[in-house]
Amino acid sequence: MKVFLGDLVLIQGSIMKKDDRSRINCIFENFVTFLRKCTFCVLSVGPIPEHIAYIMDGNRRYAKKQNLIEGTGHRVGFLALMSMLKYCYEMGVRYVTIYAFSIDNFKRRPEEVQSLMDLMQEKIEGLMEEESIVNRYGVRVHFLGNLKLLSEPVRLAAERAMVATANNSKAVLSICVAYNSTNEIVHAVEKACEEKWEEISLLNASGSGYGLIGLECIEKDEGENLIKLIDIEKHMYVSVAPDPDILIRTSGETRLSNFLLWQSAYCYLYSTPVLWPEIGFRHLLWAILNFQRNHFYLEKKRKQL
Amino acid sequence: MLFSLSLSISPTTLTSSPRFKFHSCPHVLPPTPKPPPPRLRASSQAHHVILHDNGTVAGAGAPVEENILPAGLRRESMPRHVALVMDGNRRWARIRGLPVGSGYEAGVRSLRSVVELCCKLGIRVLSVFAFSSENWFRPQAEVEFLMELFERGMRDEMGSLLRENIRISVIGDSSKLSRSLQELITRTEETTKTNCGLQLIVAVSYSGQYDIVQACQKIALKVKDGLIEPNDINESLIKQELETNCTEFPYPDLLIRTSGELRISNFLLWQLAYTELFFAQSLWPDFGEVEFLEALQAFQQRQRRYGGRDF
Repeated sequence: MKVFLGDLVLIQGSIMKKDDRSRINCIFENFVTFLRKCTFCVLSVGPIPEHIAYIMDGNRRYAKKQNLIEGTGHRVGFLALMSMLKYCYEMGVRYVTIYAFSIDNFKRRPEEVQSLMDLMQEKIEGLMEEESIVNRYGVRVHFLGNLKLLSEPVRLAAERAMVATANNSKAVLSICVAYNSTNEIVHAVEKACEEKWEEISLLNASGSGYGLIGLECIEKDEGENLIKLIDIEKHMYVSVAPDPDILIRTSGETRLSNFLLWQSAYCYLYSTPVLWPEIGFRHLLWAILNFQRNHFYLEKKRKQL
Repeated sequence: MLFSLSLSISPTTLTSSPRFKFHSCPHVLPPTPKPPPPRLRASSQAHHVILHDNGTVAGAGAPVEENILPAGLRRESMPRHVALVMDGNRRWARIRGLPVGSGYEAGVRSLRSVVELCCKLGIRVLSVFAFSSENWFRPQAEVEFLMELFERGMRDEMGSLLRENIRISVIGDSSKLSRSLQELITRTEETTKTNCGLQLIVAVSYSGQYDIVQACQKIALKVKDGLIEPNDINESLIKQELETNCTEFPYPDLLIRTSGELRISNFLLWQLAYTELFFAQSLWPDFGEVEFLEALQAFQQRQRRYGGRDF
């Protein structure tokens, strides 16, 4: 059993000093990283997904399972997230989207919500530090959702993070917070209608609306010409990234829970029974292998058509 | 690990008296006979569906009595609305060296059997993804075959639909369908609209994104006509304009997709927000009572939290 106690590590009853631990850990990490990169080379013979989305489920169950105090599950979950991001960016996955906090999660107990908000603020501020993963891999961070629902400190931290990483261009991390898909679609429709309405008003005001006046007389096509799929899509929060190739949900649940409903129309849905804080490299590897197998099958199917 | 929930349940069955006549198809080999499922325990009461003189059915849509539910299924946890993506018909035919059409015809038989099961289990709504917007890109001959199959099926099953008190609703972009099919759909919907048993929603020329876009277009018209402001737009308004507004229960509790494919393929996107997804390995023509009951049992074991309460 390994227990981290500040700078000391208790390994199977013997205590090692910090320096020895650092050296051994460093060698071990380098070796593991080398093996991982070899694995990615092999994997890259097949298609690598451009965009992976994660529903990070199972933090509370993990805490209960490990007899941890409430909230610790999410902290361990954050560490798991950092690892998964590292693996994704090393592999060449350009876009990662995570379901950090749903609008539905506001229904939880106020203490739990507050604790999650505090954790988020702490970790967002951590992302801005120089040695953080976003700077190491050149990741631009977006916070997507109805941010007005967040408390001011969290919202401000999120806005600062977006500004601070705006020039990063190697990869994108979309953190969905105060988000759900139906809310996103409503927002997109509202914006699309406002935009169209402004366009029509401007054209009418400038006297060049004759084409649209003509349009008003054509009852049948009226609706179709007003709003198109593309008008809605461009106002989606998640339009900063292409549609996900894989959507991974942990903890064994097999549902979307109002996440990326529009964008996951053709996405490969992968559910794994592992709890989010326990997710590791092998789970991602397995998900990618299955994605690749399915991708080949779909290509074959398309050719048969 | 790929998930496909394969739970073993003690084999049970419902009374088996086929209500739908089977089309004869010279191309289809007789299916491999499955072992007859064991009968249910005899119940002490006889449960009948009472047909009134005016054609309505007493207790239609009302729960089936507990002691004739297959073992392991709980009445109170039965999904009200089940959605189906009936995938695997072409693969089924290819494996058997049969023409693709045979796969679809075998699929129709599977659908009949699932519809019958839903009626008996008291499921209120069954939505099936018969033909997606993307399917128009399939070979012309295949598309024509499917349209003809659909038209023939609807015409021939009218009697059964009335007997079984099934209400038919068709959703999708009907403008792409032939005039005769559009008229048939209108007639069928009209004739069955007072039926209060199972509501069978058939999605033809449909996609989830199309549904949301057409709802938005209707809302945009209302905005243009000054009936509502853009900031009046909310989830309830969109829900009312979606094509699933034809039913009291527009959101499926359970979606089953066959053939092992792990994707939604643009079916009912908005409506699937909290739907439990079940991916069955069987190809659709092989999906029968056992597989359906397995899916229902898996559904009943799920914990649905809706993002809120503790587990």
